[in-house]
Amino acid sequence: MTPLIEVRGVGKTYGSVIALRGVSAVVNAGEVTCVLGDNGAGKSTLIKVLAGVHRHDEGELLVDGRPVRFSSPRDALDRGVATVHQDLAVVPLMSVWRNFFLGSEPRRGPFLDRGKAREVTRRALADMGIDLRDVEQPVGTLSGGERQCVAIARAVHFGARVLILDEPTAALGVKQAGLVLRHVARARDRGLGVVLITHNPHHAYPVGDRFLLLKRGRALGCHDKSEIGVEELTRQMAGGAELAELAHELRGVDP
Amino acid sequence: MTPVVAEVSGADERLRASGLLDRLVPRPEVGALLGALVVFAFFSVVTERFLSPAGVATWLDDASTLGVVAVAVALLMIGGEFDLSAGVMTASTALVTAVLSTRLGWNVWWALLASLLFALAVGALNGWLVVRTGLPSFIVTLGTFLALQGLNLGVTRLVTGTVQVSGMRAAPGYESAGFVFASTFSLGGTRFPVSIVWWLVATAVASVVLLRTRFGNWVFAVGGSAAVSRAVGVPVRRTKVVLFTATAGAAWLVGSINILRFTSVQANQGIGLEFQFIIAAVIGGCLLTGGFGSAVGAAVGALIFGMARQGIVYANWNSDWFQLFLGVMLLAAVLVNNALRRRAERVRR
Ligand SMILES: Nc1ncnc2c1ncn2[C@@H]1O[C@H](COP(=O)(O)OP(=O)(O)OP(=O)(O)O)[C@@H](O)[C@H]1O
Ligand SMILES: [Mg+2]
Repeated sequence: MTPLIEVRGVGKTYGSVIALRGVSAVVNAGEVTCVLGDNGAGKSTLIKVLAGVHRHDEGELLVDGRPVRFSSPRDALDRGVATVHQDLAVVPLMSVWRNFFLGSEPRRGPFLDRGKAREVTRRALADMGIDLRDVEQPVGTLSGGERQCVAIARAVHFGARVLILDEPTAALGVKQAGLVLRHVARARDRGLGVVLITHNPHHAYPVGDRFLLLKRGRALGCHDKSEIGVEELTRQMAGGAELAELAHELRGVDP
Repeated sequence: MTPVVAEVSGADERLRASGLLDRLVPRPEVGALLGALVVFAFFSVVTERFLSPAGVATWLDDASTLGVVAVAVALLMIGGEFDLSAGVMTASTALVTAVLSTRLGWNVWWALLASLLFALAVGALNGWLVVRTGLPSFIVTLGTFLALQGLNLGVTRLVTGTVQVSGMRAAPGYESAGFVFASTFSLGGTRFPVSIVWWLVATAVASVVLLRTRFGNWVFAVGGSAAVSRAVGVPVRRTKVVLFTATAGAAWLVGSINILRFTSVQANQGIGLEFQFIIAAVIGGCLLTGGFGSAVGAAVGALIFGMARQGIVYANWNSDWFQLFLGVMLLAAVLVNNALRRRAERVRR
């Protein structure tokens, strides 16, 4: 089976900042690839390459086994790759339904099909466990978690083959985080390839099939679930020995 | 055990029954409508002629040629950009039309087509430069503004030896073109210029495009956040280029109305209009930062302009007072817009 997406030794620099170097990974249909790493490790940079926001400077990006260079996010979307970005999720001044369908507006004749748009938005959000008061309100008036859910619901709705989520659960409550993970699992079971970025190994481990660990722009390793347990994952994410030291220190100050 | 209260389906219990005011306040044009009512009432009381049919026709006419471009500028501003060249563009297009039909003997319709193409090309160039360089449109279109101003004077002087082109009336095709752009129609015994119709059409088209089409959705999006728009697949550059081109097209319409009505054009005409367009759009609820505003609002902004400018004439006041009025109006609008925006947005960070 050829992977939906594969990266081979990709690198990306922002001016003089080397954000990513020599990272390889695969995204298979029906599997969840988790990307883990510290702040600034290059996780968002990697998925921006996958989503067509940035072009990689070195290495290869393959879709269905063929090398491509996405010319724009539209290009990626047209190939069924939908992304929830950490920092590029929604336009605050626009209403919820306008945001939801932004870039993929439903039309009847030359005009927007506003009735359908509102209805689909409401239903998709209800699916996320968000019971919105009013889909006409500007997204800026929503809570951080609600806003995040709008972006996730949109990606789940439009992601035809690959779903990329950059820290989707960071701002969410326990119930919504659970629902998002359930959607991730559901998308995987429908045969989508999912890329999930998170800082929380307890979110990553239950749904993940493969774990890519990044540190300072390089891959520390890429493990199959069978090769690594949740403790080991946590230990590697936190930098192993440093964590033990920290635990010791914290115990010390605790009365 | 406490009984579980059944949730009433349908309305959300967290949604306070909203009053009419609450529902109206987030609409960008509400402030302008209130302002228009006040200005209208004021001059109706202060002067006799303001409400006379001829008076009404005069201030509507004044508002109309301002409004046509203001509406397009409003869309551009919602899309997050400015166009300082829109004012001189009204003169440039008039000059192109006039030179081609009076000096080269072109049929007026062909001359109009040529000046339209000229306008669209300059508009597209504005847009292309802005999206290509990523420079603020303020600077880029300031450059176009100066360049056009220089061209207007330089070319006119070269061709005619003076700074004006006249004699449109004798040009072939003047009658039919004049009918479309510069005739008058009778309503209840008063003659109204057809520019008012163009103004209403421009407003209606812009409003429908903005609120009811996919392109309109993109306009709000690219002004609200270009980066987010791009990430979700909106063609940001194309949207902006189209907006600049449409603005130049609106300026062409007004240039054509002017040249056919007055049959002559001064090479230094149109300077300063660019700010009037922007002011009308801001009075109409457009945010200077983009992403919020309305076409109807800009049309009402132009109406306020027309009413005040002519009202001051009818009241026999010095026209200096108009500038004072304008300044106060603009400041009030910006303050109101800011408050409205905060209400509409209430962004939590
Ligand atoms: N547009 C940019 N211009 C310059 N440097 C950038 C840019 N975007 C990211 N970087 C740098 O690249 C590095 C990787 O950033 P990236 O956003 O990929 O990290 P991340 O792993 O997503 O971190 P976090 O967990 O905090 O989201 C950082 O050092 C960051 O400062
Ligand atoms: Mg990140």
